[in-house]
Amino acid sequence: MIPSLPRSSASAALYTAYVALFFVFLLAPLVVVGVFAFNDSLFASLPWQGFTLDWFTAAGDGRTGVFRDGPLLESIGVSLFVAFWVTVLSLSVATTNAFLFERHVFRGREFLFMLMLLPLVIPGVILGISILIASNSLANVLEDRFLLEWDWLRPGLVLVILGQFSFITTIATLVVTARLRKIDRSLEEAARDLGAGHLAVLLTVTLPWLRPALLACGIVAFLMSFENFNTTLMLVSSDSPLTITLFDRLREGSTPALNAVSLLLMTGSGLLALISVLAQRNPPR
Amino acid sequence: MNHGDHQKLFFWLLLAPFALWLILLIFIPHLDMLSIALRERVAPREYAFSLANFQAFFTEPLYWRTFLRTALMSILATALTLLIAFPVAWYIAKILRGRSKSLLFLLCLIPFWVSELVRTYGWMILLRETGVVSRVLQWSGLVDGPVEMLYNDAAILLGLVYNALLFMVVPLVTALDSLSDELVEASYDLGGNSLSTLRFVVIPHAMPGIVSGCIIVFMLTLGNYLTPTLLGGKDSLWFTGQIYTQFITRFNWELGSAFGVLLLILSSVIVWLGLRLSGQTLSGTLAR
Repeated sequence: MIPSLPRSSASAALYTAYVALFFVFLLAPLVVVGVFAFNDSLFASLPWQGFTLDWFTAAGDGRTGVFRDGPLLESIGVSLFVAFWVTVLSLSVATTNAFLFERHVFRGREFLFMLMLLPLVIPGVILGISILIASNSLANVLEDRFLLEWDWLRPGLVLVILGQFSFITTIATLVVTARLRKIDRSLEEAARDLGAGHLAVLLTVTLPWLRPALLACGIVAFLMSFENFNTTLMLVSSDSPLTITLFDRLREGSTPALNAVSLLLMTGSGLLALISVLAQRNPPR
Repeated sequence: MNHGDHQKLFFWLLLAPFALWLILLIFIPHLDMLSIALRERVAPREYAFSLANFQAFFTEPLYWRTFLRTALMSILATALTLLIAFPVAWYIAKILRGRSKSLLFLLCLIPFWVSELVRTYGWMILLRETGVVSRVLQWSGLVDGPVEMLYNDAAILLGLVYNALLFMVVPLVTALDSLSDELVEASYDLGGNSLSTLRFVVIPHAMPGIVSGCIIVFMLTLGNYLTPTLLGGKDSLWFTGQIYTQFITRFNWELGSAFGVLLLILSSVIVWLGLRLSGQTLSGTLAR
């Protein structure tokens, strides 16, 4: 079972083969998505008809490449907009949460921490419908009693942002809290001894310490928002983010243009992943 | 203001966003969902307290069978994920060393960075009638005509397990990493074999990782909508699909809310049971 114990070479080979097979299984769907983005055919399937960039750049002739596909580009814009606001909101609240749980001792702290974890164990679809219901009832009350028409309370991008924010904040809080816990408090005390006020200590010592975690966490929040489907599905109206647009297209029947978008998406998130790994490896001092 | 007042002021300032977030986006919406689930329309724009929605769930076989099917398939998917992931986690944690270890671990994380939609699309390309697997099988002469491998329960399970693997491998590797080799050796020295070592040494040690992996995987599977719908087709019969139908297609929010409440109860009960049976806590499992 472990290298220091004798075992037959046959079983060792079998084990290695299993692990190799596992990684083939893991990567196969991603590889086929990427490869068929370049197939010169109307369908993302074998046989291979030759290499083409049509699915990225073509306009017309029954083929529309990603870069010429207006609605698709628009939905990428919508996704970027949503992801930006979700990241800003969830990072802000995560930071205040981290200070609340790490720097204050109060009654019920453990209990509140557990409540903070709740959004992680609520299925995304349920988060979506519950927010849909609550904002709709609020909108109805405002309209009936006060004659106020707050359209942002109806399905749309504001609700999508709030819905994603509701659970991404929990994940962000966990990351930022873990980082804040590891700070050497004597650094802050030293700054204070040298005459720095609370704000100066926060800005020159504590926040720089948190920066790698905030960066990595911001990237994760951005990607989780960009790729969210279950919560978003319940809260969208006409402006649909990329995942919703892709889902609709997939059900209608797909062209390799979807592979091209997917490949762009994989490349983009791969780059962001790399940045986040590097950010956590070399914390700037 | 003296120092103590400052502290208090900061405390309330920090508590405010936390409280607003949880109360406005989690508690009120869920209470609202419950109150809508417990009402019935008696006249246009007039509602009364009623258990009719829950009654509809229990009397309509399609509803409770879908519910039961979703629960059982989620449990099956969780068990399969654990079985498939455990040997891989062991290999990464105990057999590999140094660079190859961290490389393989990072490789496991790759699918996480890719949208679930893209991953599922990849499986559709592989499995559909005109898909890669079907073509390869025909070309190799194993089958005569095209084979449709999508739109059945096996395809749904495959997609669910695939999407869940990462969330199982990571906690398992973390748990197994801390198991010292000496313990395993000692077990063999004392006359144990592979099976008894696994049963009495490895599994008890890895329990926290197993539990947190299973909880996360079960939750994700139960609440999934995308994978069952795309890989299972129109008749995927997944409970979240029923919720979607009631809310968006039929506009029956009362029944949809009742379904939501039931799904939430089911997931809470299973998570609670899992924690209870393994002696773990929610904070200890999720906040590591």
